[in-house]
Amino acid sequence: MSAPAEPEVDERVEEAADEATLADTPWQTIVWNDPVNLMSYVTYVFQKLFGYDKAKATALMLDVHHKGRATVSSGSREKVEGDVARLHAMGLWATMQRAS
Amino acid sequence: MKTWKRQGRGDRTRYVAVLERPEAQVLRGLMGQVDQMLTGRGAAGSEDELAALTGIRTGPSTPPDDPVLARLLPDFASSSEEDAGEVSAALRSVREPELIEAKRAAIATVLATCPAGGGRIELAPAQAEEWLAAVNDVRLALGVALDVSEDMPEQLPADDPRADHLPVYHWLTWLQDSLVTTVLG
Repeated sequence: MSAPAEPEVDERVEEAADEATLADTPWQTIVWNDPVNLMSYVTYVFQKLFGYDKAKATALMLDVHHKGRATVSSGSREKVEGDVARLHAMGLWATMQRAS
Repeated sequence: MKTWKRQGRGDRTRYVAVLERPEAQVLRGLMGQVDQMLTGRGAAGSEDELAALTGIRTGPSTPPDDPVLARLLPDFASSSEEDAGEVSAALRSVREPELIEAKRAAIATVLATCPAGGGRIELAPAQAEEWLAAVNDVRLALGVALDVSEDMPEQLPADDPRADHLPVYHWLTWLQDSLVTTVLG
């Protein structure tokens, strides 16, 4: 991800991202880092598509940015398939996989 | 152009900006090019008799060869998955036509709201969302074409063939960030 200017982000919120990972659900939506998508836009998309508050959306965005990927939603195969499709419509690089 | 401004509240919220003529021309030109690529890809889907009868459209099951289209229309399954190829092929075939449709609708909104000669742009919230998605798609396309990296410099050396096009990419980045910041504000 890129940012047009130095972003003002609180590194502490990063820990909250782990809450999104639910190991007992069958499928996960993964968002991957890419050099074009803006940090602000990715945060916006997570808020808009999943109804996450700003803190959670920002934490997930930072996970994508720093770790290269983040699990942004999980659930049935149909649900995750729909989430991936909506992320693709917004231009994010997303894939689905079985929860390990 | 200056940054986007929010006007009004609730349903009457509008996002407003004024584009110079050359800015509008560049934006519309790039939107048209991406639209053309998506249209070409969409035509590759099966328009057979069965599809006409059932109304169920199916697209191709293999990813586009073109790297720009491949980025705009990615695979569904992570390649780490055992049956990734099968899952991606099946889902692409089912999902790609509506994905192309959504992207083209967003581009159509930009073309309908951005005057060809430049001037005032006024967007309702739903239109602003389509602008963000369409501008992002154009940036993704340029990003592939210009081989953009995360630490892309503001300027490239003059002898780099990409040097003349990079300012357009940076301008679109600024335009998108300004709009998303205003929408989230």
